[in-house]
Amino acid sequence: MADGTMVEAVRPTYLDRKGFLSWALTLDHKRLGIMYLVTIMVFFLFAGIMGMLVRLELLTPGKTVMGPDTYNQIFTIHGAVMIFIVIVPGISATFGNFLIPLMIGARDVIFPRLNLFSYWIYVGGALIALVSLLHPIDTGWTFYTPYSIRTGTSVIPITFGVFVMGFSSILTGLNFIVTIHKLRAPGMNWHRMPLFIWAAYSTAVIQVLATPVIAITLLLLIAERVFGIGFFDPAKGGDPILFQHFFWFYSHPVVYIMILPAFGVISEIIPVFSRKPIFGYKAIAYSSIAIALIGFLVWGHHLFVSGMAGWVAKVFSFLTFLVAIPTAIKVWNWLATMYRGSIDLKTPMLYALGFLFLFTIAGLTGLFLGTLAINVHLHDTYFVVAHFHYTMMGGTIMMLFAAMHFWFPKMIGKMYGEAVAKIAFALIFIGFNLTFIPQFIMGMEGMPRRYYDYLPQYHYQHVLSSIGALVLGVGILVMLINLIYCIFKGEKAPSNPFGSKSWEWQTTSPPPTENFEEIPQVTDWTYGYGKKN
Amino acid sequence: MNWLPEAASSIAGRVDNVIWFVTIISLVFFVFITALLVVFAIKYRRRSEDDETPYQVSHHTLEVVWTIIPSILVMVIFVYGFVVFEDLRTPPKDAMEINVTGKQWLWQFHYDNGKSTINELFVPEGRPVKLVMTSDDVLHSFFVPEFRVKQDLVPGMYTYLWFKAIKKGEFNIFCAEYCGTNHSGMLGKVKVLSPADFEKWKTSKEELIAGANLVEAGAELYTKRACIGCHSIDGSPMVGPTFKGIFGRQETLADGQEITVDENYLRKSIYEPQAQVVKGYQPIMPSFKGIISDNEVSALIAYMKSLK
Amino acid sequence: MAATSVEHLHSDGHFVTPQDKYSSMKLGMWLFIATEILLFGGLFAVYAIYRAKFPEMFFNGRDELSLLLGTTNTVILIVSSFSIAMGVTAIQRGKKNLLTFLIIVTLLCGALFGVNKYFEYTAKFHHGIFPSTDIFFALYFMMTSLHMLHVIVGMAILFIIMIFNMKGKYSPSNYTAPEVGALYWHLVDVIWIYLFGLLYLVA
Ligand code: HEA
Ligand code: HEA
Ligand code: HEC
Ligand code: CUA
Ligand SMILES: [Cu+2]
Repeated sequence: MADGTMVEAVRPTYLDRKGFLSWALTLDHKRLGIMYLVTIMVFFLFAGIMGMLVRLELLTPGKTVMGPDTYNQIFTIHGAVMIFIVIVPGISATFGNFLIPLMIGARDVIFPRLNLFSYWIYVGGALIALVSLLHPIDTGWTFYTPYSIRTGTSVIPITFGVFVMGFSSILTGLNFIVTIHKLRAPGMNWHRMPLFIWAAYSTAVIQVLATPVIAITLLLLIAERVFGIGFFDPAKGGDPILFQHFFWFYSHPVVYIMILPAFGVISEIIPVFSRKPIFGYKAIAYSSIAIALIGFLVWGHHLFVSGMAGWVAKVFSFLTFLVAIPTAIKVWNWLATMYRGSIDLKTPMLYALGFLFLFTIAGLTGLFLGTLAINVHLHDTYFVVAHFHYTMMGGTIMMLFAAMHFWFPKMIGKMYGEAVAKIAFALIFIGFNLTFIPQFIMGMEGMPRRYYDYLPQYHYQHVLSSIGALVLGVGILVMLINLIYCIFKGEKAPSNPFGSKSWEWQTTSPPPTENFEEIPQVTDWTYGYGKKN
Repeated sequence: MNWLPEAASSIAGRVDNVIWFVTIISLVFFVFITALLVVFAIKYRRRSEDDETPYQVSHHTLEVVWTIIPSILVMVIFVYGFVVFEDLRTPPKDAMEINVTGKQWLWQFHYDNGKSTINELFVPEGRPVKLVMTSDDVLHSFFVPEFRVKQDLVPGMYTYLWFKAIKKGEFNIFCAEYCGTNHSGMLGKVKVLSPADFEKWKTSKEELIAGANLVEAGAELYTKRACIGCHSIDGSPMVGPTFKGIFGRQETLADGQEITVDENYLRKSIYEPQAQVVKGYQPIMPSFKGIISDNEVSALIAYMKSLK
Repeated sequence: MAATSVEHLHSDGHFVTPQDKYSSMKLGMWLFIATEILLFGGLFAVYAIYRAKFPEMFFNGRDELSLLLGTTNTVILIVSSFSIAMGVTAIQRGKKNLLTFLIIVTLLCGALFGVNKYFEYTAKFHHGIFPSTDIFFALYFMMTSLHMLHVIVGMAILFIIMIFNMKGKYSPSNYTAPEVGALYWHLVDVIWIYLFGLLYLVA
């Protein structure tokens, strides 16, 4: 079965039924995964174009194409949509949905109706958020008070939209946790689970525990605007810094909601394309949990210069460094997996290597920011902007792209076009670095973020950055055209083209509606590559 | 490529040492990891479909080593950053205090002898200065890259920042916390003078620019008093109405009243901007009462008149 | 394979045994309750911070609240928690009609609670007290209205369970939904007891 010869699906595949309603009302986790993927990519393109507009405006100092208010609205929409609508559901809602049941040998998630419901709440919340485009919000994605209480732009629709999407996030997380606890195929004990499942599980834990806090924070913000209550408004005795604590109590753990699934994806890709068992399975698995838990205690590193007490800053700095260790461990394990492997540089593996390169930069610059004395200089400069694009675009989105190639044959039943995919990867990789490396430099030199206008001394770096963004945009375009073309015209895929041992590859491509004819009997982990001796 | 701006405060050099320390550690790891990636990808590339690979799942010594080394390093970084931060945050007892108020979108500085300036902070070289800062409206952040200092200004409370300038000259002040439309225009300058010049400046009563006529003095004040942040002189609308052709212009106010701009209206607009708000604009202009003297107002009016 | 049976497979097919279904639903509900506690936990944190900052305001605010109505509501909710707990026991013993009756009692308690809240709120408005009055009342209104929202959701859930019960869906071998619904109702009750203590009984 694993030899890749079984091409023809005997049973109806999950893609067979046609018609809008068969999708809109589906309970099938695979279809929901695809629906999330399409929705999220649409929003990604939208927010990406906003990012391109930011780069366009920054091409020259002063006014290039838009006024300051428009600029402020555009970067806010860019950030808010990217974070709340694209990358928070991100890999977990798309590939999590598609893969979790397949990987643990189940027929679906445990609460399929809840799953469908979550999808529609997500869409509903996103649409509510978009209402604010009528008079776009200009607070930055962080909604800091008291500005967000005073601005005349529509803060309420977007915060309420995010609130609603929070439910979707919570319910998805809850669904995944229970699924992983209850639906593992016989024999699949915790230490035989693929690492993607561990990552999805840790992510789900954060989703369930952190999201309620942002929900209440945004409700309070809305109440401040509607009823004039004053928890965060100094004019009424409130404390604006309290808002920041609440906001980051969610929004720091959320960066691990973004990155852990990416860690999961790379932990699947590297063993397959190196044909070696994953190195340090337990270390990777448990460090995900460690990150999920310690990640709750470091939010204060966003507030070092906000005016909070000095000793608190020290505690947060310490914990920030602590949370870097489990991540470092993972990086070493991935490298060790490649050591003496048989490395096949197909597109997913290229993305994985690209990820290791980019995420190393991302994480190491995180260390700069976590260092108290340095943070004072770098806070709210382009150095931070570059840091978080390296983590989110260079980390998570790169792994999303990797997953889109790696599981493409499984999802669609066709192969993606290898040559074009590699060209696209090259453009994305080069364009991305060209966009954001100059930002590290100008950040060090003191260029503050969220600046519509800038001093001429930063012009050179801004131009480089904008050119890079164009290359990056073209790369993404090429990648998408290639994938879409292959949905229709791609070569037919065997059930297991890359020779993976994971369970999703042991069924036909695309999988039948019921995933497996028989629920598999698991006797080993899924990384048994290489020769035992 | 200058990775760091000039180090112009007593603490800046020490912050730079921390930055270099972390940079070097990071570079070592970065180069090491990148090298491994490239070497592995080439050396172990797949040569045939039936390459054999070892079944190797862990190596305890290695794992301990690669956990311990980064742990030790980050703790060293933490302590180093912490120590310098401590000094960055603790002003010397004898520091000279200057009050700072941030408002959308300008900086006001008040000196202990009652003197006040806008967007220009005069300080003596070689003497510690402590800023006692607050905000009138939303969050702002006082940032001088050359000094490596930054601190948010929070409405409803005081925050502090200190530095000792060690070089004479002018350095940019940026607002580093997003504060609305003109956030990127909320700029200022620290002017570091020699102690003698500083004393002279501080005690001088000079108000208008010496030797200039009224229009020239007004033009100078237009930049110096930060009108430039919100009013253009070339006819383009900014946060506030343009000064071009302002004198004698017919304006509709927010309450529907029609007025013709004359000297008294201009004077009132500067001292009590909220009294008569021009239609189509937000009532956000700060009052300059107590900051701009009558003479200065006359100069500004003369300047506005000259902008036909 | 017919469409319906495929979708059926995705909705129920993989619950191997009723026990599995029962434990899954319970785990799910406990997780959900954890999120609810964190949601209110955020408000409790705000409460703690501002009470430390403005103790006077909190005492004065408390004096404005009606201890009588608050206590009544506490008693009402405790009674309702009892009745729904008894309802679960009833269905475990197969007494279907008793469960229906006890849910009705619970729902009535919930409604009574709401009516009291209505009187409490209007009395406040008459005295010119609004959420914007001060931070104490901001908290009071935020906490109690958010809680009221939970009461309403809880009542909706119990109502649906009651309808299903009347159609005979539950039995001694299948009482997952009533039990999980009751769990949620207990949560609503417990949160109220905390609110009562924090708002009405500040010492
Ligand atoms: C996916 C998202 C993601 C991830 C994973 C991270 C990971 C990390 N981040 Fe980042 N961060 C953001 C997203 C993310 N961040 C965002 C969005 C913001 C700004 C939001 C805003 O203000 O708008 C931000 C801002 C931010 C700040 C605040 C900056 C400021 O505004 O002043 C800080 C400060 O401590 C910080 C630190 C860190 C650290 C230490 C890590 C660590 O977890 C990194 C750990 C990784 C490594 C260390 C690299 C791998 C290991 C090795 C290569 C081995 C060698 C290792 C050692 C020697 C230790 N981040
Ligand atoms: C998931 C998170 C994510 C991602 C992927 C990105 C992706 C990008 N971001 Fe953004 N960004 C944020 C999250 C993200 N960003 C956040 C949270 C902020 C902070 C906001 C705030 O301060 O409040 C921010 C802020 C931010 C700034 C700083 C603004 C400021 O402070 O003034 C800049 C400036 O360069 C920028 C640029 C970009 C660019 C060029 C991309 C590119 O990678 C985008 C690439 C994608 C596309 C280009 C679209 C797809 C391609 C096509 C449709 C092809 C056709 C197009 C062309 C050929 C042009 N982003
Ligand atoms: C923070 C922004 C801001 C700054 C700084 C500012 N103004 Fe204004 N100004 C406004 C706005 C907005 C209006 C229009 C609303 C109003 O009339 O109050 C305005 C209106 C005026 C008017 C009336 C214009 C008309 O067309 O009738 C005058 C005169 C004026 N400002 C002078 C000044 C002078 C002189 C300075 C500097 C010493 C200054 N302003 C600084 C924002 C600003
Ligand atoms: Cu003031 Cu930004
Ligand atoms: Cu963080």
